[in-house]
Amino acid sequence: MATETLTGAQALIRSLELLGVDTVFGLPGGAILPTYDPLMDSKKLRHILVRHEQGAGHAAEGYAAASGRVGVCIATSGPGATNLVTAIADAHMDSVPMLAITGQVNSFAIGTDAFQEADIVGITMPITKHSFLVTRAEDIPGVVAAAYEIATTGRPGPVLIDFAKDAQNGKFEFSWPPKIDLPGFRPITDPHGKQVQAAAELILKSHKPILYVGGGVIRAEASNELLALAELLHAPVTTTLMARGAFPDSHPQHLGMPGMHGTVPAVTALQKSDLLITLGARFDDRVTGDIKSFAKGAKVIHVDIDPAEIGKIRHADVPIVGDAKVVILMLIAELKAQMKNSRPDYEDWWVFLNGLKERYPLGYSETEDGKLSPQYVIQRIGELSGPEAIFAAGVGQHQMWSAQFIKYERPNSWLNSGGLGTMGYAVPAAMGAKVAQPDRLVWAIDGDGCFQMTNQELATCTINDIPIKVAIINNSSLGMVRQWQTLFYNSRYSNTDLNTGTDTIMVPDFVKLGEAYGCLAIRVEKIEDVDAAIKLAMETNDRPVVIDFIVGRDAMVWPMVPSGISNDAVQYARDAAPIWDGDE
Amino acid sequence: MTTQHVLSLLVENKPGILTRVAALFARRGYNIESLAVGTTEIEGVSRITVVVSLDGLPLEQVTKQLNKLINVLKIVELEEETSVARDHMLVKVRTDSSTRSQVLEAVTLFRARVIDVVSDAVVIEVTGDTAKCQAFLKVLEPFGIKELVQSGAIAVSRGSKSMSEKVLR
Repeated sequence: MATETLTGAQALIRSLELLGVDTVFGLPGGAILPTYDPLMDSKKLRHILVRHEQGAGHAAEGYAAASGRVGVCIATSGPGATNLVTAIADAHMDSVPMLAITGQVNSFAIGTDAFQEADIVGITMPITKHSFLVTRAEDIPGVVAAAYEIATTGRPGPVLIDFAKDAQNGKFEFSWPPKIDLPGFRPITDPHGKQVQAAAELILKSHKPILYVGGGVIRAEASNELLALAELLHAPVTTTLMARGAFPDSHPQHLGMPGMHGTVPAVTALQKSDLLITLGARFDDRVTGDIKSFAKGAKVIHVDIDPAEIGKIRHADVPIVGDAKVVILMLIAELKAQMKNSRPDYEDWWVFLNGLKERYPLGYSETEDGKLSPQYVIQRIGELSGPEAIFAAGVGQHQMWSAQFIKYERPNSWLNSGGLGTMGYAVPAAMGAKVAQPDRLVWAIDGDGCFQMTNQELATCTINDIPIKVAIINNSSLGMVRQWQTLFYNSRYSNTDLNTGTDTIMVPDFVKLGEAYGCLAIRVEKIEDVDAAIKLAMETNDRPVVIDFIVGRDAMVWPMVPSGISNDAVQYARDAAPIWDGDE
Repeated sequence: MTTQHVLSLLVENKPGILTRVAALFARRGYNIESLAVGTTEIEGVSRITVVVSLDGLPLEQVTKQLNKLINVLKIVELEEETSVARDHMLVKVRTDSSTRSQVLEAVTLFRARVIDVVSDAVVIEVTGDTAKCQAFLKVLEPFGIKELVQSGAIAVSRGSKSMSEKVLR
């Protein structure tokens, strides 16, 4: 094999190029400087200089979530690396394929409390899928290729590689492809045929099944297969927060999102079901509520590529370890064989479910203070932008409204921090998504609290020609916390007032802030101006756009199941539980 | 009900592997009763024997999580009936001319060995299952145990099959 003498730093850049990486988000510093030198010459790698490493991490996540490819971020040692920690933890919780590359002090200085030294491998051990410390240049191609393999194979996740400075500077004979030595890494993608058979039998015996769809279906790129399965069975579908877009919202079999802020039909269908066909979902507490009373009458088929998810929270009657796409295809074939020409009869189930859909559609009431209804603003953004757009949200009320009131028709169009709940995700994630999918309209729907955590990346967007649109749903407060204070703490608003509304001292003024970052920035206070503002944002592509939507602060997210309570107690609106028929 | 389980792990001998394994238990609040680590007949492969007190469901979850660790090659639970487990102990016991013979008698009874003798103490090594070691300690206690060090259990399955078969492709 032909070899070439390279430095470790050159080998790192070359390895990334050879793996097909085209974009890296990062910020240089002392310990990663050797790598930034050959990076400057790379024709294949676009480096986007962020303003804070957390932004690089979330941008890598947004890039990955929008495209299905690996997101890559780079930081220096010590504080650079620790600034990545939140984004790495976020990627870990939401199974985002990500490579986090960090510089480390010289290998001989490790452990001496050298300048900008932090044990980032140690710090990130519980929040990465795996991590490597590289102290020798010749190990670099093998480690980078192994890291890529781990991040992308099986259940995706973040992998951190920490490069000692002398490993970056050392010279060696580079050759490609390297030998990937991962004897302990053997993800199972093909399911056990017997289990699939058992699943099909259980499905055909059930009377009230529901497809409980999680983010794994999106990661497995199994949306088409899911659609085929759902239509074959004519069974209802619910998509979790991480799975919004995995199944078209416009489809009549879709009941919406389950969980704490799920639709009444979805929450209730899970509760009343006799069979949960669980695909790439993990029985998160925000979905199940009180686990003991969750879907008590249901048997469970649990399909997941991660064996550790099966039985972790809820016993699985039929556990199936495998890739969602492979499993669904096998299940369809098996069902067809078992069904012959008949179709299971879920008529009574649909009568019940359609009744729920009719009685308890998603809705909201107008604000009482005359300010904009946040739900209306978000709904209009979704309607005017259409299903080909990408929507990234922060965390809180605006995130829930975005999950509820935007209609998703395709996977990878909804990006959010589901597991970790990271405020500040939206702006950098939208930036990463726009880089991955430059022809798509990309919105960051953000709260006034979230926006203040990571808005510095607007500078990155403006300078690098990444024209994202930011809609700040400005209720001048930490809205979701305030909602809980309203409901559970006697309306005592401890430290949730942010003073960004028009009737406050308005610090900061988001329009001025947006302008300072070179964005087109406008404020919208009246309902008649909402559409024009959204259209202006959609037409403006020479710079990012910031729209400060001034919304009512007393708007709440409904429906709601209070934390730790049974999903049977879902409230449609405040003090308004659904009324069940006598036999419920 | 929690019972003691002996888990045997084959791992790649890579830096940090012990931390990764221990952290999995620590994060879930599970106490490790004993831990023994050493190299094996295969170069680059180490074996970790962990004794934990857990009930069934958490044990299954911990095993699955351990399996997810990239450097873990294989995990088996060694059941009491089908495996042998041994602890190794070094005990420094106070002795004088009046007690030495009684201590030596106990050593013989328990098939232990004296490996160091001075005028006022002996160092004894003993190997056996946990029950035997504990019984031996009880016998020595009245003389005065000055120092005690234990290896933690190591265990292997009975029969000719080897845990490391088919581990490395």
